[in-house]
Amino acid sequence: MSGTQQTVAIGRGYAATRSVSRAWFGGVHGADYVWAIAFALPYAAIFLFFVIYPICFGLWMGSSPALYAELFSDPRYLTTVVNTLLYVVIGVNLKMFLAFMLSGFFIRKRWWNKALLVVFILPWATPALPAYMSIHWFLNGQWGMLNSALYEFFNFDGPVYLNERWTGLGANIGAYVWKTTPFWTVILLAGRMSVPQELYEAASVDGATGLHRFVHVTLPLMANLYLVCTLLDMVFALGDFNSTFFVSGGGPAMSTEVLATLGIRYAFTLAVPNLGVAAVMSALPLLIPLVILLMRKLRMSEGQL
Amino acid sequence: MSATTVRSGRLHSKLHYRLQRYGVEAACMLLGFAIFVWSLTPIYNMWLIALSDHSAVFSGALYPETPTWEAFRVVVTQDFWYLQRFWHQFGNSFIVGLSVMFLTLSVGSLASFTVGRMRLRQGWLLTNAALMTYVIPASFLAIPIYRIMNIYGLGNHLSSVILALTTFATPYAIFIFSQYGKSIPMELDESARIDGANPLQIYFRIYLPLMAPALVAVGTYALLLAWNEYLYNFLLLSTPQSMTVAVALAQFLNSDESPWNFMMATAIIYSIPPIVLYYGFRRYMAAGLTMGGVKG
Repeated sequence: MSGTQQTVAIGRGYAATRSVSRAWFGGVHGADYVWAIAFALPYAAIFLFFVIYPICFGLWMGSSPALYAELFSDPRYLTTVVNTLLYVVIGVNLKMFLAFMLSGFFIRKRWWNKALLVVFILPWATPALPAYMSIHWFLNGQWGMLNSALYEFFNFDGPVYLNERWTGLGANIGAYVWKTTPFWTVILLAGRMSVPQELYEAASVDGATGLHRFVHVTLPLMANLYLVCTLLDMVFALGDFNSTFFVSGGGPAMSTEVLATLGIRYAFTLAVPNLGVAAVMSALPLLIPLVILLMRKLRMSEGQL
Repeated sequence: MSATTVRSGRLHSKLHYRLQRYGVEAACMLLGFAIFVWSLTPIYNMWLIALSDHSAVFSGALYPETPTWEAFRVVVTQDFWYLQRFWHQFGNSFIVGLSVMFLTLSVGSLASFTVGRMRLRQGWLLTNAALMTYVIPASFLAIPIYRIMNIYGLGNHLSSVILALTTFATPYAIFIFSQYGKSIPMELDESARIDGANPLQIYFRIYLPLMAPALVAVGTYALLLAWNEYLYNFLLLSTPQSMTVAVALAQFLNSDESPWNFMMATAIIYSIPPIVLYYGFRRYMAAGLTMGGVKG
């Protein structure tokens, strides 16, 4: 029993039998072949000009070994690598766990649960830029709302969050969690809803309650989806530029940068584009296994995401 | 004697059960309240600043003591030097968003038609290309794409952003379309073939009309992606004439004493179209997401 069987397709289920299409096109030839190629051409062109060419161009820009020597001698780079790992490993897993738990909360059928879901989606619907700018000001040590509230209610003077590496990094991760948890909660919620009700009924006939139902029905059926979502979000988090750039701005003294922002910083603030490409390319040892794993996982579900 | 103990025992367990249920309900309410505060605080903060005047921004008040729409007036009438071309830039954002949407829908649906309906033998190449693009972080390609756009002579032109963002939106479109396309019976295409339709006619007369829900979902996705994107907008568009609202908004951060109330008012106006769009098409989006996401 794999998750593949619980598609939440909104159309009628239809199994396109392969033999039918074979009989029709017989492997596509003649005029049809020309049409098929013509239809595929726009995407092929886009892929060639804006994916393949940039990748080759980037590989060429970052091909000199001297760049990597320079990179590794930069202490800011090492800080950045640690930050990126923390961001990707802690940030993503924390969020996915949170989203998984929250999807269990939102599956309840109370009216206020449904109303709350509408509010809960708002961080995801809000564009990243305004949201992160607001969080940046919210955390301002002197005038920010957080410290004002802490002082007002608890008479406590909060720290200057964005002036220190760990609180700054925590703020970036927190902002990213705030922004993206709703999205993954909705995905996991849909996953939970697609678990056939009969399984729960069968389980309760066998005397399973609460925790047992969760461990023996929900968990095994959701495991694959959960894994795919986690991997996918790791890739997204690795490439996330906005939260770091707008919440902490990479500061203080470039101590909260991640690879995505450091590359841009090198290339456009310090005007050494090749070093920027090298910084980004140094993420490949992490990115390539993720991509291979993901592509295999996604292709296993018939080439669809 | 024994009857009363039984009854009291039953009463007791009933009470216990009820207490437990109330306890769960209360815990859920508490969690709900926490989610409410957590979700809305940054958004409340945005409004708080936008409705304050200059001095109130730096007072650390928790609610606007003398709320004023002044900041919104300044933005709408372009009464500040960062905002001199605000409506023009708003228009630019719309042009970029709509073009990315249109290109993504056409390129994506054509590609998925070839792979899914015509069963081109080399179709897997296309699918894998899309899959690969989907899992490469866009920000990692920013530097080479910036260089390449200059080589193509598209620097500082809206079309550079449109093309770059179409590149990153199309893979998702191809997945959703080929997924959704499976629910459309092949027999329809076949009978059209027998009546003498060519692939182009099948695409326009059968494929596209039946794909309408998926087109809406992906169109919304592409429009939101383009409207909300920052990095490529920022790198590829730098003059006030060519920039989009996202870039204009981030410009506020360049100066040291940025007028935060103007900035937040701009941010709110910029957020309204995507939020309206998102909530308006939420049903389609959710359908699209589940189609795309819940195929573990």
